[in-house]
Amino acid sequence: MSALLEVDDLRVAYGKVEAVKGISFTVEEGEAVTLIGTNGAGKTTTLHTLSGLLRPAGGSVRFRGEDLAGVPAHRVVALGLAHCPEGRHIFPSLTVEENLFLGAYLRKDAPGIADDLERAYTLFERLRERRAQAAGTLSGGEQQMLAMGRALMCRPALLMLDEPSMGLSPIMMRKIMDTVAELRRTGTTILLVEQNARAALALADRAYVMETGRIVLEGTGTELARAESVRKAYLGED
Amino acid sequence: MTATELTQLLADGLILGSMYGLIAVGYTMVYGILQIINFAHGEIYMLGGFGALFVYAWVPGLRAIPLWAALPVLLVVAVAVSVAAATGAERFAYRPLRGAPRLAPLISAIGLSLFLQQVVFNFFTLPGSSMGVTAPVPFPQFETAPLDLAGVQVSVAGLLTLALAAFGMVALTWFVRRTRTGRAMQATAQDPATARLMGIDTDRIIVIAFAIGAALAAVACVTQGLRLGTVSYNMGFITGLKGFTAAVLGGIGNIQGAMAGGVVLGLAESLASGALPHIDALAMFSGSVWKDVWAFVILIVVLLIRPQGLFGERVADRA
Ligand SMILES: Nc1ncnc2c1ncn2[C@@H]1O[C@H](COP(=O)(O)OP(=O)(O)O)[C@@H](O)[C@H]1O
Ligand SMILES: [Mg+2]
Repeated sequence: MSALLEVDDLRVAYGKVEAVKGISFTVEEGEAVTLIGTNGAGKTTTLHTLSGLLRPAGGSVRFRGEDLAGVPAHRVVALGLAHCPEGRHIFPSLTVEENLFLGAYLRKDAPGIADDLERAYTLFERLRERRAQAAGTLSGGEQQMLAMGRALMCRPALLMLDEPSMGLSPIMMRKIMDTVAELRRTGTTILLVEQNARAALALADRAYVMETGRIVLEGTGTELARAESVRKAYLGED
Repeated sequence: MTATELTQLLADGLILGSMYGLIAVGYTMVYGILQIINFAHGEIYMLGGFGALFVYAWVPGLRAIPLWAALPVLLVVAVAVSVAAATGAERFAYRPLRGAPRLAPLISAIGLSLFLQQVVFNFFTLPGSSMGVTAPVPFPQFETAPLDLAGVQVSVAGLLTLALAAFGMVALTWFVRRTRTGRAMQATAQDPATARLMGIDTDRIIVIAFAIGAALAAVACVTQGLRLGTVSYNMGFITGLKGFTAAVLGGIGNIQGAMAGGVVLGLAESLASGALPHIDALAMFSGSVWKDVWAFVILIVVLLIRPQGLFGERVADRA
Protein backbone atom coordinates (compact mmCIF):
# COMPACT_ATOMS: atom_id res chain seq x y z
CA MET A 1 0.00 0.00 0.00
CA SER A 2 1.57 3.26 -1.10
CA ALA A 3 1.27 6.55 0.77
CA LEU A 4 -1.51 9.04 0.03
CA LEU A 5 1.05 11.63 -1.04
CA GLU A 6 4.53 10.73 -2.24
CA VAL A 7 6.97 13.48 -3.10
CA ASP A 8 10.19 12.29 -4.66
CA ASP A 9 13.26 14.45 -5.29
CA LEU A 10 11.09 17.49 -6.03
CA ARG A 11 12.89 20.52 -7.40
CA VAL A 12 11.26 23.90 -8.09
CA ALA A 13 12.88 27.03 -9.51
CA TYR A 14 11.88 30.66 -10.00
CA GLY A 15 13.71 31.43 -13.23
CA LYS A 16 17.25 30.24 -12.60
CA VAL A 17 16.99 30.35 -8.81
CA GLU A 18 16.18 27.00 -7.25
CA ALA A 19 13.90 27.46 -4.24
CA VAL A 20 13.28 23.74 -3.62
CA LYS A 21 16.35 21.60 -4.19
CA GLY A 22 15.29 17.96 -4.29
CA ILE A 23 13.03 17.09 -1.39
CA SER A 24 11.31 13.79 -0.70
CA PHE A 25 8.57 13.12 1.82
CA THR A 26 5.33 11.22 2.26
CA VAL A 27 1.97 11.68 3.92
CA GLU A 28 0.00 8.56 4.87
CA GLU A 29 -3.76 8.45 5.03
CA GLY A 30 -5.07 9.70 8.38
CA GLU A 31 -1.78 11.33 9.38
CA ALA A 32 -1.01 14.89 10.33
CA VAL A 33 2.39 15.82 8.93
CA THR A 34 4.06 19.15 9.47
CA LEU A 35 6.66 20.94 7.44
CA ILE A 36 8.50 23.52 9.53
CA GLY A 37 11.37 25.85 8.76
CA THR A 38 12.37 29.49 8.79
CA ASN A 39 11.06 32.12 6.44
CA GLY A 40 12.25 31.52 2.88
CA ALA A 41 12.98 27.82 3.37
CA GLY A 42 10.74 26.86 0.45
CA LYS A 43 7.64 25.59 2.26
CA THR A 44 5.12 27.73 0.39
CA THR A 45 6.84 26.98 -2.90
CA THR A 46 6.46 23.27 -2.14
CA LEU A 47 2.73 23.56 -1.46
CA HIS A 48 2.17 25.67 -4.57
CA THR A 49 3.85 22.96 -6.62
CA LEU A 50 1.76 20.19 -5.04
CA SER A 51 -1.46 22.01 -5.88
CA GLY A 52 -0.35 22.72 -9.45
CA LEU A 53 0.07 26.51 -9.26
CA LEU A 54 3.79 26.06 -9.95
CA ARG A 55 5.46 23.55 -12.27
CA PRO A 56 8.33 21.49 -10.88
CA ALA A 57 11.77 21.61 -12.48
CA GLY A 58 12.29 17.97 -11.59
CA GLY A 59 11.20 15.05 -9.45
CA SER A 60 7.71 13.67 -9.06
CA VAL A 61 4.54 14.05 -7.02
CA ARG A 62 2.13 11.15 -6.68
CA PHE A 63 -1.25 11.65 -5.04
CA ARG A 64 -3.51 8.63 -4.50
CA GLY A 65 -1.17 6.77 -6.82
CA GLU A 66 -1.62 9.26 -9.65
CA ASP A 67 1.29 11.21 -11.11
CA LEU A 68 0.45 14.93 -10.85
CA ALA A 69 2.92 15.96 -13.58
CA GLY A 70 1.13 18.30 -15.97
CA VAL A 71 -2.19 18.23 -14.09
CA PRO A 72 -3.44 21.86 -13.97
CA ALA A 73 -4.34 23.39 -10.59
CA HIS A 74 -8.08 23.33 -11.22
CA ARG A 75 -7.95 19.55 -11.77
CA VAL A 76 -5.73 18.80 -8.77
CA VAL A 77 -8.47 19.88 -6.37
CA ALA A 78 -10.86 17.52 -8.15
CA LEU A 79 -8.55 14.67 -7.08
CA GLY A 80 -9.10 15.60 -3.43
CA LEU A 81 -6.10 17.79 -2.68
CA ALA A 82 -7.19 21.04 -1.00
CA HIS A 83 -4.82 23.95 -0.48
CA CYS A 84 -5.55 26.61 2.11
CA PRO A 85 -3.03 29.25 0.99
CA GLU A 86 -0.68 31.38 3.05
CA GLY A 87 -2.22 34.77 3.73
CA ARG A 88 -5.77 33.32 3.60
CA HIS A 89 -6.73 34.69 0.14
CA ILE A 90 -10.44 34.78 0.72
CA PHE A 91 -12.51 36.49 -2.01
CA PRO A 92 -13.10 39.87 -0.34
CA SER A 93 -16.19 41.15 -2.15
CA LEU A 94 -18.06 37.86 -2.01
CA THR A 95 -20.04 36.95 1.07
CA VAL A 96 -18.83 34.40 3.61
CA GLU A 97 -21.31 31.86 2.30
CA GLU A 98 -20.41 32.50 -1.35
CA ASN A 99 -16.76 31.91 -0.43
CA LEU A 100 -17.69 28.61 1.19
CA PHE A 101 -19.73 27.53 -1.83
CA LEU A 102 -16.75 28.26 -4.08
CA GLY A 103 -14.85 25.69 -2.04
CA ALA A 104 -17.40 23.16 -3.32
CA TYR A 105 -17.25 24.55 -6.88
CA LEU A 106 -16.65 21.18 -8.56
CA ARG A 107 -19.21 19.23 -6.54
CA LYS A 108 -22.66 18.45 -7.87
CA ASP A 109 -24.18 16.68 -4.82
CA ALA A 110 -26.37 19.41 -3.32
CA PRO A 111 -27.30 17.45 -0.16
CA GLY A 112 -23.64 16.62 0.54
CA ILE A 113 -22.66 20.27 0.02
CA ALA A 114 -25.39 21.37 2.45
CA ASP A 115 -24.07 18.89 5.04
CA ASP A 116 -20.53 20.18 4.66
CA LEU A 117 -21.68 23.79 4.88
CA GLU A 118 -23.35 22.91 8.17
CA ARG A 119 -20.17 21.18 9.31
CA ALA A 120 -18.09 24.28 8.49
CA TYR A 121 -20.53 26.46 10.45
CA THR A 122 -20.41 24.05 13.38
CA LEU A 123 -16.62 24.14 13.33
CA PHE A 124 -16.60 27.93 13.12
CA GLU A 125 -19.79 29.37 14.64
CA ARG A 126 -18.47 32.85 13.93
CA LEU A 127 -18.82 32.20 10.20
CA ARG A 128 -22.47 31.28 10.63
CA GLU A 129 -23.13 34.63 12.29
CA ARG A 130 -21.41 36.44 9.44
CA ARG A 131 -22.60 34.28 6.55
CA ALA A 132 -24.16 37.17 4.58
CA GLN A 133 -21.30 39.61 5.22
CA ALA A 134 -18.64 40.48 2.61
CA ALA A 135 -15.59 38.38 3.44
CA GLY A 136 -13.30 41.40 3.18
CA THR A 137 -14.94 42.90 6.30
CA LEU A 138 -13.91 39.95 8.52
CA SER A 139 -11.05 40.15 11.03
CA GLY A 140 -7.83 38.29 10.27
CA GLY A 141 -8.77 35.35 12.46
CA GLU A 142 -12.23 35.10 10.93
CA GLN A 143 -10.70 35.22 7.46
CA GLN A 144 -8.46 32.32 8.44
CA MET A 145 -11.49 30.36 9.61
CA LEU A 146 -13.18 31.11 6.32
CA ALA A 147 -10.15 30.00 4.30
CA MET A 148 -10.05 26.72 6.25
CA GLY A 149 -13.80 26.21 6.00
CA ARG A 150 -13.63 26.87 2.28
CA ALA A 151 -10.83 24.33 1.79
CA LEU A 152 -12.88 21.73 3.69
CA MET A 153 -15.89 22.28 1.43
CA CYS A 154 -14.35 20.06 -1.28
CA ARG A 155 -14.25 17.18 1.23
CA PRO A 156 -10.52 16.79 0.69
CA ALA A 157 -8.58 13.56 0.99
CA LEU A 158 -5.63 15.75 1.99
CA LEU A 159 -5.86 19.23 3.47
CA MET A 160 -2.78 21.41 3.03
CA LEU A 161 -2.61 24.39 5.39
CA ASP A 162 0.01 27.08 4.83
CA GLU A 163 0.78 29.06 8.00
CA PRO A 164 -2.79 29.14 9.33
CA SER A 165 -1.71 30.91 12.55
CA MET A 166 0.32 33.64 10.86
CA GLY A 167 -0.39 37.16 12.09
CA LEU A 168 -3.10 36.12 14.55
CA SER A 169 -3.60 37.07 18.19
CA PRO A 170 -2.53 34.36 20.68
CA ILE A 171 -6.17 33.53 21.43
CA MET A 172 -7.08 33.23 17.76
CA MET A 173 -3.91 31.23 17.11
CA ARG A 174 -4.97 28.79 19.85
CA LYS A 175 -8.45 28.48 18.33
CA ILE A 176 -7.08 27.76 14.87
CA MET A 177 -4.54 25.19 16.11
CA ASP A 178 -7.23 23.52 18.24
CA THR A 179 -9.38 23.23 15.14
CA VAL A 180 -6.51 21.67 13.20
CA ALA A 181 -6.06 19.17 16.04
CA GLU A 182 -9.79 18.43 16.00
CA LEU A 183 -9.79 17.88 12.23
CA ARG A 184 -6.91 15.49 12.67
CA ARG A 185 -8.78 13.59 15.41
CA THR A 186 -11.85 13.26 13.22
CA GLY A 187 -9.78 11.67 10.48
CA THR A 188 -8.79 14.44 8.07
CA THR A 189 -5.34 13.90 6.61
CA ILE A 190 -3.32 17.09 7.05
CA LEU A 191 -0.13 18.59 5.71
CA LEU A 192 0.58 21.60 7.91
CA VAL A 193 3.18 24.24 7.14
CA GLU A 194 4.01 26.40 10.14
CA GLN A 195 6.53 28.81 11.52
CA ASN A 196 4.96 28.29 14.93
CA ALA A 197 6.98 25.10 15.33
CA ARG A 198 6.00 24.40 18.90
CA ALA A 199 2.27 24.23 18.15
CA ALA A 200 2.84 22.32 14.91
CA LEU A 201 5.08 19.68 16.49
CA ALA A 202 2.61 19.22 19.35
CA LEU A 203 -0.16 18.07 17.09
CA ALA A 204 1.73 16.35 14.25
CA ASP A 205 2.35 12.63 13.92
CA ARG A 206 5.46 13.27 11.90
CA ALA A 207 7.47 16.32 10.96
CA TYR A 208 10.02 17.48 8.41
CA VAL A 209 12.37 20.41 8.92
CA MET A 210 13.21 22.45 5.82
CA GLU A 211 16.18 24.76 5.40
CA THR A 212 17.01 26.66 2.22
CA GLY A 213 15.20 24.30 -0.10
CA ARG A 214 16.23 21.03 1.54
CA ILE A 215 14.79 18.71 4.18
CA VAL A 216 17.40 18.57 6.91
CA LEU A 217 15.61 16.58 9.62
CA GLU A 218 12.64 14.29 9.93
CA GLY A 219 11.00 12.28 12.67
CA THR A 220 7.91 12.03 14.82
CA GLY A 221 6.52 15.24 16.29
CA THR A 222 7.73 14.38 19.79
CA GLU A 223 11.19 13.29 18.57
CA LEU A 224 11.77 16.57 16.80
CA ALA A 225 10.35 18.63 19.63
CA ARG A 226 13.04 17.01 21.82
CA ALA A 227 15.91 17.24 19.28
CA GLU A 228 18.44 19.80 20.44
CA SER A 229 19.01 21.45 17.06
CA VAL A 230 15.27 21.99 16.61
CA ARG A 231 14.86 23.40 20.11
CA LYS A 232 17.63 25.91 19.48
CA ALA A 233 16.67 26.96 15.98
CA TYR A 234 12.87 26.77 16.00
CA LEU A 235 11.60 26.69 19.56
CA GLY A 236 13.68 29.61 20.79
CA GLU A 237 15.34 27.66 23.62
CA ASP A 238 19.03 27.56 24.47
CA MET B 1 -34.45 76.72 -24.73
CA THR B 2 -37.76 75.12 -23.78
CA ALA B 3 -38.28 72.26 -21.36
CA THR B 4 -39.34 70.05 -24.26
CA GLU B 5 -36.11 70.80 -26.13
CA LEU B 6 -34.10 69.97 -23.02
CA THR B 7 -36.04 66.73 -22.49
CA GLN B 8 -35.37 65.87 -26.13
CA LEU B 9 -31.63 66.32 -25.59
CA LEU B 10 -31.73 64.19 -22.44
CA ALA B 11 -33.67 61.44 -24.24
CA ASP B 12 -31.20 61.45 -27.14
CA GLY B 13 -28.31 61.42 -24.69
CA LEU B 14 -29.77 58.52 -22.76
CA ILE B 15 -30.13 56.46 -25.94
CA LEU B 16 -26.63 57.27 -27.16
CA GLY B 17 -25.24 56.67 -23.68
CA SER B 18 -26.85 53.28 -23.21
CA MET B 19 -25.26 52.26 -26.51
CA TYR B 20 -21.85 53.43 -25.19
CA GLY B 21 -22.58 51.53 -21.99
CA LEU B 22 -23.10 48.26 -23.86
CA ILE B 23 -19.66 48.70 -25.42
CA ALA B 24 -18.07 49.80 -22.14
CA VAL B 25 -19.07 46.57 -20.41
CA GLY B 26 -16.72 44.61 -22.68
CA TYR B 27 -13.73 46.77 -21.80
CA THR B 28 -14.49 46.62 -18.11
CA MET B 29 -15.03 42.84 -17.90
CA VAL B 30 -11.79 42.01 -19.66
CA TYR B 31 -9.91 44.59 -17.62
CA GLY B 32 -11.46 43.31 -14.39
CA ILE B 33 -10.03 39.85 -14.97
CA LEU B 34 -6.84 40.35 -16.98
CA GLN B 35 -5.92 44.00 -16.29
CA ILE B 36 -5.48 44.57 -20.01
CA ILE B 37 -7.33 47.00 -22.25
CA ASN B 38 -8.70 45.14 -25.24
CA PHE B 39 -8.21 47.98 -27.73
CA ALA B 40 -9.54 45.77 -30.51
CA HIS B 41 -12.97 45.87 -28.83
CA GLY B 42 -14.07 48.71 -31.14
CA GLU B 43 -13.49 46.44 -34.12
CA ILE B 44 -15.25 43.54 -32.39
CA TYR B 45 -18.21 45.94 -32.14
CA MET B 46 -17.95 46.95 -35.80
CA LEU B 47 -17.83 43.31 -36.97
CA GLY B 48 -21.20 42.68 -35.31
CA GLY B 49 -22.85 45.31 -37.50
CA PHE B 50 -21.25 43.95 -40.64
CA GLY B 51 -22.25 40.40 -39.69
CA ALA B 52 -25.87 41.51 -39.43
CA LEU B 53 -25.66 43.46 -42.68
CA PHE B 54 -24.11 40.47 -44.44
CA VAL B 55 -27.01 38.09 -43.74
CA TYR B 56 -29.55 40.81 -44.42
CA ALA B 57 -28.02 41.53 -47.82
CA TRP B 58 -27.37 37.94 -48.89
CA VAL B 59 -30.39 36.04 -47.55
CA PRO B 60 -33.28 37.15 -49.79
CA GLY B 61 -35.96 35.87 -47.41
CA LEU B 62 -34.95 38.36 -44.76
CA ARG B 63 -35.73 41.38 -46.90
CA ALA B 64 -39.09 39.90 -47.84
CA ILE B 65 -40.30 40.03 -44.22
CA PRO B 66 -40.72 43.11 -42.00
CA LEU B 67 -37.53 44.34 -40.36
CA TRP B 68 -38.78 43.64 -36.83
CA ALA B 69 -39.28 39.99 -37.82
CA ALA B 70 -35.81 39.76 -39.34
CA LEU B 71 -34.23 41.55 -36.38
CA PRO B 72 -33.75 38.47 -34.15
CA VAL B 73 -31.80 36.83 -36.98
CA LEU B 74 -29.67 39.95 -37.45
CA LEU B 75 -28.93 40.10 -33.72
CA VAL B 76 -28.04 36.42 -33.48
CA VAL B 77 -25.67 36.62 -36.45
CA ALA B 78 -24.12 39.86 -35.17
CA VAL B 79 -23.50 38.28 -31.77
CA ALA B 80 -22.09 35.12 -33.35
CA VAL B 81 -19.64 37.06 -35.54
CA SER B 82 -18.43 39.31 -32.71
CA VAL B 83 -18.12 36.45 -30.23
CA ALA B 84 -16.14 34.39 -32.75
CA ALA B 85 -13.81 37.32 -33.39
CA ALA B 86 -13.35 38.10 -29.69
CA THR B 87 -12.68 34.54 -28.59
CA GLY B 88 -10.30 34.12 -31.52
CA ALA B 89 -8.52 37.30 -30.48
CA GLU B 90 -8.27 36.05 -26.91
CA ARG B 91 -6.84 32.72 -28.01
CA PHE B 92 -4.34 33.94 -30.58
CA ALA B 93 -3.55 37.57 -29.76
CA TYR B 94 -3.78 37.77 -25.96
CA ARG B 95 -3.35 34.35 -24.37
CA PRO B 96 0.15 33.79 -25.81
CA LEU B 97 1.17 37.10 -24.23
CA ARG B 98 0.03 36.37 -20.67
CA GLY B 99 2.85 37.16 -18.33
CA ALA B 100 4.54 39.35 -20.95
CA PRO B 101 5.11 43.05 -20.13
CA ARG B 102 1.92 45.14 -20.19
CA LEU B 103 2.89 46.85 -23.43
CA ALA B 104 2.89 43.59 -25.43
CA PRO B 105 -0.87 42.89 -25.37
CA LEU B 106 -1.50 46.56 -26.07
CA ILE B 107 0.55 46.45 -29.24
CA SER B 108 -1.07 43.14 -30.15
CA ALA B 109 -4.47 44.83 -29.76
CA ILE B 110 -3.56 47.73 -32.03
CA GLY B 111 -2.30 45.32 -34.69
CA LEU B 112 -5.48 43.30 -34.39
CA SER B 113 -7.63 46.45 -34.75
CA LEU B 114 -5.95 47.41 -38.00
CA PHE B 115 -6.14 43.84 -39.25
CA LEU B 116 -9.89 43.52 -38.60
CA GLN B 117 -10.60 46.89 -40.21
CA GLN B 118 -8.62 45.89 -43.27
CA VAL B 119 -10.39 42.53 -43.54
CA VAL B 120 -13.74 44.33 -43.77
CA PHE B 121 -12.34 47.10 -45.96
CA ASN B 122 -10.92 44.65 -48.49
CA PHE B 123 -13.27 41.69 -48.42
CA PHE B 124 -16.77 42.67 -47.29
CA THR B 125 -18.98 42.38 -50.33
CA LEU B 126 -22.60 43.32 -50.98
CA PRO B 127 -24.64 41.72 -53.77
CA GLY B 128 -24.02 43.45 -57.08
CA SER B 129 -21.00 45.45 -55.97
CA SER B 130 -17.31 44.76 -56.18
CA MET B 131 -15.34 43.37 -53.28
CA GLY B 132 -14.47 45.69 -50.38
CA VAL B 133 -16.20 48.62 -48.66
CA THR B 134 -14.46 51.97 -48.73
CA ALA B 135 -17.38 54.20 -47.72
CA PRO B 136 -20.19 53.85 -45.17
CA VAL B 137 -22.76 51.31 -46.35
CA PRO B 138 -26.52 51.56 -45.82
CA PHE B 139 -28.00 49.58 -42.94
CA PRO B 140 -31.69 48.51 -42.87
CA GLN B 141 -34.04 51.03 -41.30
CA PHE B 142 -37.38 50.89 -39.51
CA GLU B 143 -39.94 52.80 -41.55
CA THR B 144 -42.23 53.55 -38.63
CA ALA B 145 -42.35 57.26 -37.78
CA PRO B 146 -40.75 58.31 -34.48
CA LEU B 147 -43.00 58.16 -31.44
CA ASP B 148 -44.14 61.49 -30.08
CA LEU B 149 -44.07 61.51 -26.27
CA ALA B 150 -45.45 64.91 -25.24
CA GLY B 151 -43.42 66.63 -27.92
CA VAL B 152 -40.28 64.54 -27.44
CA GLN B 153 -39.47 62.45 -30.50
CA VAL B 154 -38.08 58.97 -29.94
CA SER B 155 -37.35 56.68 -32.86
CA VAL B 156 -38.22 52.99 -32.82
CA ALA B 157 -34.50 52.22 -33.08
CA GLY B 158 -33.87 54.48 -30.09
CA LEU B 159 -36.47 52.69 -27.99
CA LEU B 160 -35.04 49.38 -29.08
CA THR B 161 -31.58 50.55 -27.97
CA LEU B 162 -32.90 51.39 -24.51
CA ALA B 163 -34.79 48.11 -24.22
CA LEU B 164 -31.84 45.97 -25.30
CA ALA B 165 -29.42 47.85 -23.04
CA ALA B 166 -31.74 47.46 -20.05
CA PHE B 167 -32.32 43.79 -20.78
CA GLY B 168 -28.60 43.19 -21.31
CA MET B 169 -27.67 44.78 -18.01
CA VAL B 170 -30.32 42.96 -15.99
CA ALA B 171 -29.36 39.63 -17.54
CA LEU B 172 -25.66 40.24 -17.01
CA THR B 173 -26.08 41.35 -13.40
CA TRP B 174 -28.16 38.27 -12.69
CA PHE B 175 -25.57 36.05 -14.38
CA VAL B 176 -22.60 37.49 -12.48
CA ARG B 177 -24.29 37.60 -9.06
CA ARG B 178 -26.51 34.54 -9.09
CA THR B 179 -25.03 31.79 -11.23
CA ARG B 180 -22.21 29.42 -10.41
CA THR B 181 -20.18 30.54 -13.42
CA GLY B 182 -20.84 34.19 -12.55
CA ARG B 183 -19.45 33.71 -9.04
CA ALA B 184 -16.47 31.90 -10.53
CA MET B 185 -15.99 34.98 -12.71
CA GLN B 186 -16.00 37.28 -9.68
CA ALA B 187 -13.57 34.98 -7.90
CA THR B 188 -11.27 34.97 -10.92
CA ALA B 189 -11.32 38.77 -11.06
CA GLN B 190 -10.52 39.09 -7.36
CA ASP B 191 -7.81 36.43 -7.04
CA PRO B 192 -7.05 34.25 -10.08
CA ALA B 193 -4.56 31.90 -8.41
CA THR B 194 -6.90 31.14 -5.53
CA ALA B 195 -9.78 30.73 -7.98
CA ARG B 196 -7.80 27.91 -9.58
CA LEU B 197 -7.37 26.30 -6.17
CA MET B 198 -11.18 26.14 -5.99
CA GLY B 199 -11.23 24.11 -9.22
CA ILE B 200 -12.17 27.03 -11.46
CA ASP B 201 -10.79 26.74 -14.99
CA THR B 202 -9.76 30.39 -15.22
CA ASP B 203 -8.89 30.15 -18.93
CA ARG B 204 -12.49 29.23 -19.61
CA ILE B 205 -13.74 32.10 -17.46
CA ILE B 206 -11.57 34.52 -19.45
CA VAL B 207 -13.05 33.24 -22.73
CA ILE B 208 -16.56 33.73 -21.31
CA ALA B 209 -15.73 37.31 -20.27
CA PHE B 210 -14.51 38.12 -23.79
CA ALA B 211 -17.60 36.48 -25.28
CA ILE B 212 -20.09 38.38 -23.10
CA GLY B 213 -18.40 41.70 -23.85
CA ALA B 214 -18.44 40.92 -27.57
CA ALA B 215 -22.12 39.92 -27.54
CA LEU B 216 -23.15 43.20 -25.93
CA ALA B 217 -20.96 45.17 -28.33
CA ALA B 218 -22.55 43.38 -31.30
CA VAL B 219 -26.01 44.33 -30.04
CA ALA B 220 -24.78 47.92 -29.63
CA CYS B 221 -23.57 48.00 -33.22
CA VAL B 222 -26.84 46.70 -34.63
CA THR B 223 -28.75 49.41 -32.73
CA GLN B 224 -26.28 52.02 -33.95
CA GLY B 225 -26.78 50.85 -37.55
CA LEU B 226 -30.55 50.97 -37.13
CA ARG B 227 -30.44 54.49 -35.67
CA LEU B 228 -27.95 56.06 -38.07
CA GLY B 229 -28.74 54.07 -41.18
CA THR B 230 -25.14 53.21 -42.04
CA VAL B 231 -22.18 51.19 -40.85
CA SER B 232 -18.57 51.72 -41.88
CA TYR B 233 -15.39 49.70 -41.57
CA ASN B 234 -13.78 52.32 -39.32
CA MET B 235 -16.79 53.06 -37.12
CA GLY B 236 -15.23 51.07 -34.27
CA PHE B 237 -12.40 53.52 -33.76
CA ILE B 238 -14.09 56.58 -32.31
CA THR B 239 -17.05 54.68 -30.85
CA GLY B 240 -14.70 52.17 -29.27
CA LEU B 241 -12.80 55.06 -27.75
CA LYS B 242 -16.06 56.40 -26.33
CA GLY B 243 -16.91 53.01 -24.89
CA PHE B 244 -13.48 52.86 -23.28
CA THR B 245 -13.97 56.38 -21.91
CA ALA B 246 -17.32 55.31 -20.45
CA ALA B 247 -15.68 52.31 -18.79
CA VAL B 248 -13.01 54.51 -17.22
CA LEU B 249 -15.61 57.10 -16.20
CA GLY B 250 -17.66 54.45 -14.44
CA GLY B 251 -14.64 52.93 -12.73
CA ILE B 252 -12.93 50.30 -14.82
CA GLY B 253 -13.67 46.78 -13.59
CA ASN B 254 -17.17 47.72 -12.41
CA ILE B 255 -19.91 46.36 -14.70
CA GLN B 256 -22.77 48.58 -13.54
CA GLY B 257 -20.34 51.50 -13.47
CA ALA B 258 -19.60 50.94 -17.17
CA MET B 259 -23.27 51.38 -18.09
CA ALA B 260 -23.57 54.41 -15.81
CA GLY B 261 -20.41 55.88 -17.34
CA GLY B 262 -21.89 55.36 -20.80
CA VAL B 263 -25.06 57.20 -19.86
CA VAL B 264 -23.11 60.10 -18.31
CA LEU B 265 -21.03 60.34 -21.47
CA GLY B 266 -24.06 60.17 -23.77
CA LEU B 267 -25.88 62.89 -21.83
CA ALA B 268 -22.77 65.07 -21.83
CA GLU B 269 -22.37 64.72 -25.57
CA SER B 270 -26.00 65.42 -26.28
CA LEU B 271 -26.06 68.51 -24.06
CA ALA B 272 -22.76 69.74 -25.47
CA SER B 273 -24.09 69.72 -29.00
CA GLY B 274 -27.63 70.87 -28.18
CA ALA B 275 -27.65 72.97 -25.02
CA LEU B 276 -24.39 74.89 -25.14
CA PRO B 277 -25.46 77.05 -28.10
CA HIS B 278 -27.97 78.60 -25.70
CA ILE B 279 -25.28 79.66 -23.24
CA ASP B 280 -23.68 82.78 -24.70
CA ALA B 281 -20.24 82.39 -23.17
CA LEU B 282 -19.89 78.80 -24.37
CA ALA B 283 -21.80 78.97 -27.64
CA MET B 284 -18.63 79.01 -29.69
CA PHE B 285 -17.60 75.64 -28.18
CA SER B 286 -20.85 73.91 -29.04
CA GLY B 287 -22.20 71.83 -31.87
CA SER B 288 -21.36 68.36 -33.06
CA VAL B 289 -17.75 69.26 -33.87
CA TRP B 290 -17.13 70.01 -30.19
CA LYS B 291 -19.12 67.18 -28.65
CA ASP B 292 -16.19 64.76 -28.63
CA VAL B 293 -14.02 67.39 -27.00
CA TRP B 294 -16.59 67.80 -24.22
CA ALA B 295 -16.78 64.04 -23.75
CA PHE B 296 -13.08 63.94 -23.00
CA VAL B 297 -13.18 67.11 -20.89
CA ILE B 298 -15.71 65.33 -18.68
CA LEU B 299 -13.42 62.32 -18.49
CA ILE B 300 -10.45 64.43 -17.42
CA VAL B 301 -12.43 66.38 -14.83
CA VAL B 302 -13.90 63.22 -13.29
CA LEU B 303 -10.52 61.51 -13.16
CA LEU B 304 -8.94 64.55 -11.51
CA ILE B 305 -11.56 64.46 -8.76
CA ARG B 306 -12.07 60.69 -8.55
CA PRO B 307 -9.14 58.80 -10.10
CA GLN B 308 -10.95 55.48 -9.54
CA GLY B 309 -13.89 56.69 -11.67
CA LEU B 310 -17.43 57.50 -10.59
CA PHE B 311 -18.24 54.05 -9.24
CA GLY B 312 -14.81 52.45 -9.04
CA GLU B 313 -13.50 50.69 -5.98
CA ARG B 314 -10.15 51.65 -4.68
CA VAL B 315 -7.51 49.17 -5.77
CA ALA B 316 -7.11 47.95 -2.19
CA ASP B 317 -10.68 46.64 -2.16
CA ARG B 318 -10.01 44.42 -5.12
CA ALA B 319 -6.64 42.99 -4.08
N1 LIG C 1 7.33 34.46 -6.80
C1 LIG C 1 8.63 34.30 -6.48
N2 LIG C 1 9.59 34.71 -7.35
C2 LIG C 1 10.90 34.54 -7.05
N3 LIG C 1 11.35 34.01 -5.91
C3 LIG C 1 10.45 33.60 -5.00
C4 LIG C 1 9.04 33.73 -5.25
N4 LIG C 1 8.39 33.24 -4.18
C5 LIG C 1 9.33 32.81 -3.31
N5 LIG C 1 10.57 33.04 -3.80
C6 LIG C 1 11.83 32.66 -3.15
O1 LIG C 1 11.84 31.28 -2.94
C7 LIG C 1 12.36 30.97 -1.67
C8 LIG C 1 11.37 30.15 -0.90
O2 LIG C 1 10.24 30.95 -0.60
P1 LIG C 1 8.94 30.36 0.08
O3 LIG C 1 8.60 29.09 -0.58
O4 LIG C 1 7.94 31.42 0.11
O5 LIG C 1 9.47 30.06 1.56
P2 LIG C 1 8.68 29.80 2.91
O6 LIG C 1 7.25 29.55 2.59
O7 LIG C 1 9.36 28.61 3.50
O8 LIG C 1 8.85 31.01 3.76
C9 LIG C 1 12.71 32.30 -1.01
O9 LIG C 1 14.08 32.53 -1.20
C10 LIG C 1 11.91 33.30 -1.77
O10 LIG C 1 12.57 34.54 -1.81
MG1 LIG D 1 5.62 30.62 3.27
